[in-house]
Amino acid sequence: MTSPAPKPDDGRSSVLTTIDGVPQLMRPADDRILAGVAAGVAQHLNVPVVVVRAVFVVLGLLAGAGVVAYALLWVFVPQTSESSWSSPAGTSVRTPSGALAPTPSPASEVGSAAAQRRLAFGIVALGIAAAIGALSLGIGQWMGAVVGPMMIVAVGAAFIWREADDSQRQRWRTTAAGFARPKRGVWWRVSCGIVLVVGGLAVFAVAQVDVASARSAVVAVVLTLVGVAVIAIPWLVKLVRELTDERRGRLREAEKAEVAAHLHDSVLQTLALIQRQPHDAREVQRLARAQERDLRAWLYGPAGYTIRGTDKHAHDHPGTWITGHGQASTGTSSYLDGDHRVLESCAAALARAAAEVEDTYAVDIAPVIVGDAPLTEQTAALIAAAREAMVNAAKHAGVQDISVYAEFESARASVFVRDRGCGFDPEAVAEDRRGVSQSIRGRMERYGGRADVRTKPGSGTEWALTMTAPVGGISRPDAD
Amino acid sequence: MTQPLRVFLVDDHALFRAGVKAELADLADERITVVGEAGSVEEAITRISADPPDVVLLDVHMPDGGGRAVLEHLHGTFPNVVFLALSVSDAADDVIGVIRGGARGYVTKTISGRDLADAVVRVAAGDAVFSPRLAGFVLDAFAERPDTPPVADPELDVLSPREREVLTLLARGYTYKEIAAELFISVKTVESHVSAVLRKTQMSNRHALSRWAAERRLV
Repeated sequence: MTSPAPKPDDGRSSVLTTIDGVPQLMRPADDRILAGVAAGVAQHLNVPVVVVRAVFVVLGLLAGAGVVAYALLWVFVPQTSESSWSSPAGTSVRTPSGALAPTPSPASEVGSAAAQRRLAFGIVALGIAAAIGALSLGIGQWMGAVVGPMMIVAVGAAFIWREADDSQRQRWRTTAAGFARPKRGVWWRVSCGIVLVVGGLAVFAVAQVDVASARSAVVAVVLTLVGVAVIAIPWLVKLVRELTDERRGRLREAEKAEVAAHLHDSVLQTLALIQRQPHDAREVQRLARAQERDLRAWLYGPAGYTIRGTDKHAHDHPGTWITGHGQASTGTSSYLDGDHRVLESCAAALARAAAEVEDTYAVDIAPVIVGDAPLTEQTAALIAAAREAMVNAAKHAGVQDISVYAEFESARASVFVRDRGCGFDPEAVAEDRRGVSQSIRGRMERYGGRADVRTKPGSGTEWALTMTAPVGGISRPDAD
Repeated sequence: MTQPLRVFLVDDHALFRAGVKAELADLADERITVVGEAGSVEEAITRISADPPDVVLLDVHMPDGGGRAVLEHLHGTFPNVVFLALSVSDAADDVIGVIRGGARGYVTKTISGRDLADAVVRVAAGDAVFSPRLAGFVLDAFAERPDTPPVADPELDVLSPREREVLTLLARGYTYKEIAAELFISVKTVESHVSAVLRKTQMSNRHALSRWAAERRLV
């Protein structure tokens, strides 16, 4: 009925192992009794080969399940190609199984090998005897009722195993290994589960033999289900938790990839451009400034207040930046679409205007912006006027730095544009510059604002642009 | 000034430390001398504890907690050591974080050597150094908006009109001297206003301040 196969243990060459270092399930090509299945399984599971054989015998009693299992393993488990099948030294120490070696082998091993063979044949004989006994008593048929459901369970487990990926399998293997050195909780749980399952089936069987009443069948089913639940639910919970962990990990990966992509697209490109024209200081500075600004806006938002949302927020609203003031505040908020372009907010629009002037005239402008408001006709005019003031300073002041300070409050919006350049005499300026001044002032006054300039030759220029809201105020962005 | 101010550099970029040292040395400014440097939080704590300098130039972003960790370890133990934060970051939570950790001022790394030396001398004398950006953050934090919670402690949670004026001019890029001229007050008075604002920024429990201070950068 069973065919225990011997297992050579001479350590002549190493065995193929799975990713987590367990010897692969292979049948030894020689030194075996029937097909080498028992020896291969013992090697794979790292248990004494006697135990495997005994299990096959017991399963064989259960309506011949052991025979079927043995046959299937024989068919599907590959045979080792060499005759020198062996176990790695480390495994052999932990494997208390002896070796059977008909081929020449050290004399010292012969004694134990022969004993091992005797033991194997003994188990086979015992198995055959038990099977005959079982058949004569009709137990084999009866046990089939147990084996049937168990087979279904086994097929289910096999499906789960097939669907799992390698890392998951490895975790399960290590968990299964935990069985061998049992933790008390695990043992209790599994024992309880098994007792309940077996008990349930027994009640069912007894009920069939005796009364076959529906009630005991229900009791049996309930007991069985409870048993299965005790075994399976902690495992399922663990599975779900692993799934959640994995999803979180994937999100983090995506975030990382986004950062990497951004750094590649912008920063590395800029560095490459800078290296190609190291002698054009103005161009290098322009590129570096533009890149700094871009990266800053990406990290902190256009006014330096915003931080990137948490994973959850980033996931729910891929195109949104969360304000540093919190959801319900009316502080700085700006909105970016999928391409990180800034949309509709005074702070963002002013920052962009400053950036454009910086890029065009290679000057340094670091706008300081307090508060925010939505872009309306009025505030758009204010920002356009501020932009002209910046351009004016960049073109005529003759200095590198321009200070821009803006306050966007509910009833009032002000922008101050200041340089420490040459300044001018407002009473006696060239016609072209008067034109610029007039256009800044005109733009502001058309929308109900005012523009004041403070300047003197040699002491810089400061524009103070103020837009006061008409009745109702400059409406605020929705607190979202 | 009889003895030069002893300055200590903390930054995890060796290149940047070397640059600052060279720039300060080039100034040949007899008011300051660089006495040491550290490249990590741990090193900074050990060295500063061993030989406390007058002023520590402190990088905001470093591994293992950054400038804030250094401040947490040292500010209580060495009240005479003045910290000046130096950073490229310019994010509200970073800037407010180090100020509330005990730094007397905040300047960006693009500052010129001359301005840096002036800032060191100013913080050592007990004044505060506000960059325009920091002034903007503080103005924003103290702004009265319809949804701000009611003021708990008027002494700390509200800026006086004068302080607000000074801060606004700072944000507009004015120097202390220009502010004094603009408001017809002395430079000393400007300095005391700024110090008062610094104290309020450090002590006030206004929502934006405590929120920014608790914020951790994610990227």
